[in-house]
Amino acid sequence: MTNTTNNQALSNSTDDATTAVNATDRVATNDPTNVLEVKNLSVEFTTRHGTLKALNEVSFSIAAGEVVGVVGESGAGKSLTGAAIIGLLEPPGRISGGEILLAGRRIDQLPDDQMRKIRGREIGAIFQDPLTSLNPLYTVGHQITETIVTHLPLTWSQGRNRAIELLEATGIPAARERIDHYPHQFSGGMRQRVVIALALAAEPKLIVADEPTTALDVSIQAQIIELLKKLCREHGAAVMLITHDMGVIAETADRVVVMYAGRIAEVGKVRDVIHAPRHPYTVGLMGSIPSIHQHVERLVQIDGTMPRLNAIPQGCAFNPRCVKVMDRCKIERPELQTLGSSQVACWLYPEGENNER
Amino acid sequence: MRAALAKFWEGDLAWSWRHTPVAIVATILLAILLIASFGADVLAPHNPFDLATINLIDALKPPVWHADGTQEYLLGTDSQGRDLLSALMYGMRVSLLIGLAAVTGAMFLGIVLGLISGYAGGRIDALIMRIADVQLSFPAILIALLIDGVARVVVPGDMHEVIAFPVLVGAIALAGWPQYARTVRGSTLVEKNREYVQAARVIGISSPVIMFRHVLPNVLGPVLVLATVHLATAIITEATLSFLGVGVPPTSPSLGTLIRVGNDFLFSGEWWITIFPGAALVLLVLSVNLLGDWLRDALNPRLS
Amino acid sequence: MFAFILRRLLQAAGVLLAVALLAFVLFQYVGDPVMIMLGQEGTPAERDQLRKDLGLSDPVIVQFYHFLTNAIQGDFGLSLRQGQKVSTLLRERLPATLELSIAAALIALLVGLPLGVYTALKRHGKLSQALLAFSLLGVSLPTFLIGILLILIFSVSLGWLPSYGRGDTMKLGWWTTGLLTKSGWTHLVLPAVTLSLFQVALVLRLVRSEMLEVLRTDYIKFARARGLTRRAIHFGHALKNTLVPVITIMGLQLGGIIAFAIVTETVFQWPGMGLLFIQAVQFADIPVMAAYLCLISLIFVLINLTVDLLYFAVDPRLRAGLGKHSGGH
Repeated sequence: MTNTTNNQALSNSTDDATTAVNATDRVATNDPTNVLEVKNLSVEFTTRHGTLKALNEVSFSIAAGEVVGVVGESGAGKSLTGAAIIGLLEPPGRISGGEILLAGRRIDQLPDDQMRKIRGREIGAIFQDPLTSLNPLYTVGHQITETIVTHLPLTWSQGRNRAIELLEATGIPAARERIDHYPHQFSGGMRQRVVIALALAAEPKLIVADEPTTALDVSIQAQIIELLKKLCREHGAAVMLITHDMGVIAETADRVVVMYAGRIAEVGKVRDVIHAPRHPYTVGLMGSIPSIHQHVERLVQIDGTMPRLNAIPQGCAFNPRCVKVMDRCKIERPELQTLGSSQVACWLYPEGENNER
Repeated sequence: MRAALAKFWEGDLAWSWRHTPVAIVATILLAILLIASFGADVLAPHNPFDLATINLIDALKPPVWHADGTQEYLLGTDSQGRDLLSALMYGMRVSLLIGLAAVTGAMFLGIVLGLISGYAGGRIDALIMRIADVQLSFPAILIALLIDGVARVVVPGDMHEVIAFPVLVGAIALAGWPQYARTVRGSTLVEKNREYVQAARVIGISSPVIMFRHVLPNVLGPVLVLATVHLATAIITEATLSFLGVGVPPTSPSLGTLIRVGNDFLFSGEWWITIFPGAALVLLVLSVNLLGDWLRDALNPRLS
Repeated sequence: MFAFILRRLLQAAGVLLAVALLAFVLFQYVGDPVMIMLGQEGTPAERDQLRKDLGLSDPVIVQFYHFLTNAIQGDFGLSLRQGQKVSTLLRERLPATLELSIAAALIALLVGLPLGVYTALKRHGKLSQALLAFSLLGVSLPTFLIGILLILIFSVSLGWLPSYGRGDTMKLGWWTTGLLTKSGWTHLVLPAVTLSLFQVALVLRLVRSEMLEVLRTDYIKFARARGLTRRAIHFGHALKNTLVPVITIMGLQLGGIIAFAIVTETVFQWPGMGLLFIQAVQFADIPVMAAYLCLISLIFVLINLTVDLLYFAVDPRLRAGLGKHSGGH
């Protein structure tokens, strides 16, 4: 497979983000510098108990090179969003509405063989468990080189050299020898470094990282996150960092998307959301982060639990647990409103108004 | 009781059954065969064991749809004039009885040994599993054949008939216990570390009670699937042994015996004597296998 | 690695010893060997002499030792039914059984494996459903019934293929083969197909279920997320991972094939060890039974050992697990 339009297949400037792989497919969007735009994405599951809406009109965007954290409790729909973006939604789940745009090009309805070319080359993925992410029967080098030569016009030995460079960049010592080792010969943290190398191997412009450190020892979590951020910056890749750990987001992300029950509660710059959260759910989340700087007797806990998919309340999904609930919240579902550089879906900030808290 | 049944009907397993046409068909088929076998005394048109009713003149009659067939003998007769349909029903009963008994025996032995092995751990576990592994490396049919053959030799000729059934059942059961033991042991190991077991221990409940009252219900799922597969295998094994002449005694023929007897007439054109028992055997095993397949898929914890 | 091999060899030796013990017990104590060998005719003097010759007055351990040394050399005495040396009988029959078994095994592998892969990759296709239905039928049909049916169709009705015996064979050293003559081949077809059908169905279902399991794993998901070609994912990754457990099962199935050869040989009157064994069981021919037992155990133990070693060679986790473990953060 030769990329005839760009001989410098190895270049990774952010300009590439705006040059679609197939120039004729470019579609006009709101902001052409956004690597990813998700508009009103809905995902449904058809089970014998009926149709469950797991994602209900989710919208957000990721600009080139930025790190966007997607945070929420288990079951909020974060991983599903990631899966939908990569195009690996498992049946009986399917996209039932909305659009996903990659660098201005619509990808949610692409046939599988076209999507395959995008996966790895334009969107990379990192999953939670590094042990099960790697095929135990192939060497680490084989798996990286294979990914490289699948997407880039390099020979196997050229690809292998690149693989060694990648391994070195991820901080694996003696990369030249260890490239021929099998996954089980690496420790957990090392394996996740290999996974990061694999995700970046074909120079994608977006990395979807689903709980990349959850399965690792606490002591190495910070290292791996740092590595991820650094490498993505170097390679010019944006990151969609899915996690339930607000602390990780605070350290790493530029912006954050707060999800609840398959919907977005709030989107904004990390600093703003952490120090001045608007949505009551976000307020609760922030209050639950322990901080060295503050002295608190108890951590804030939000009463109740997130509703199951088949029992989502009418109106705002958070209303049963909200301390600032109003009558309107129980009837109408709030839309995402823009407030400065943030967006909130809450009736405390109804449309058209710009409230100061 | 009614409430429990109602709850079962509402549950996932019953729902799956209702929505899997193959399972429904298989159950109906199996039910028909079971009724025909166990109701043979009442339902069979003739009694193939009553010498008084057997007419040599009626020997080797073809099935009813043939030119020479009669309605009296729907599936034809054998070389002695016995009605094949009736012989078939009684034969099925023998096959089923032996199969069910063997599976019960193997299940019992396997569950007990598996529970002990998993729960006790250590040397006992190692010993039991070692024996199971070694036995598993030999094909079950060979083991059954061996036990049966040896018993035949050891026991004097006149006792053969009496002990034939227990030996046969025992042979097939002994050949089959390791699978159950392995499965149950695996599940036991998992359950052993669960909180409810540890809690029971702390309260002071004795080990056997914990094993049987608490752990066992949780490991029954895979055992059930195994049992259906094993039933099919057991029936085939018994039929094979009888076909080879080392199974049931000729006085209470099973389907395997009937097939063997009929085999001699294959070349002379009286195909029905062997084919109908063969067909019955296949239908029996097939319905069990279909149910087993459905059960395995239904109990599999996957997203449906 | 070396320790592992040693341990397995010891285990194998242990099993063989246990089997030999069983055979010994059969041999010496089931029925009276002297009666067995001399029949009714021997005089009391002859019997005493034979008793001494056979060492029956020696302690049990000594007798077992004699039995063992004889067994290792392949000497199991004379067949009660045929009067010939058991070892000669077995040696005559071994090639027939082995040729049949290997033919069946090859069919099972060459047909079952690709079909299993196909039904896993094209799960919901019509052909896959049909193949699955066939495979279910295949495991529901007892081997002897398949044989009878095939004979009915191909020998009795159509008259295309012969239904008993091995056809013309040729001697190569001590081995007799039917593979060098046309009639040898035509006689091989039905028995081999009969013996293999159950295995084909089994392999098909096994490969299919293994492959479906593998296709659900995280590393396959990750491979798809990396945009690898379908070919690379299905055949480079999924197939390779599927084959590892399949190898073990296939090895064990070979044992099953050899055992079920007993049935096939009976149906087709194929002059192999299986037929010999059944006749021995029917006639209480102890020496033959004991010898068959030992020989079969030897074969099974060898097969299991080979499969273990093969597993070792194929799965890198096992290899390195016993070597030094490179760690690091």
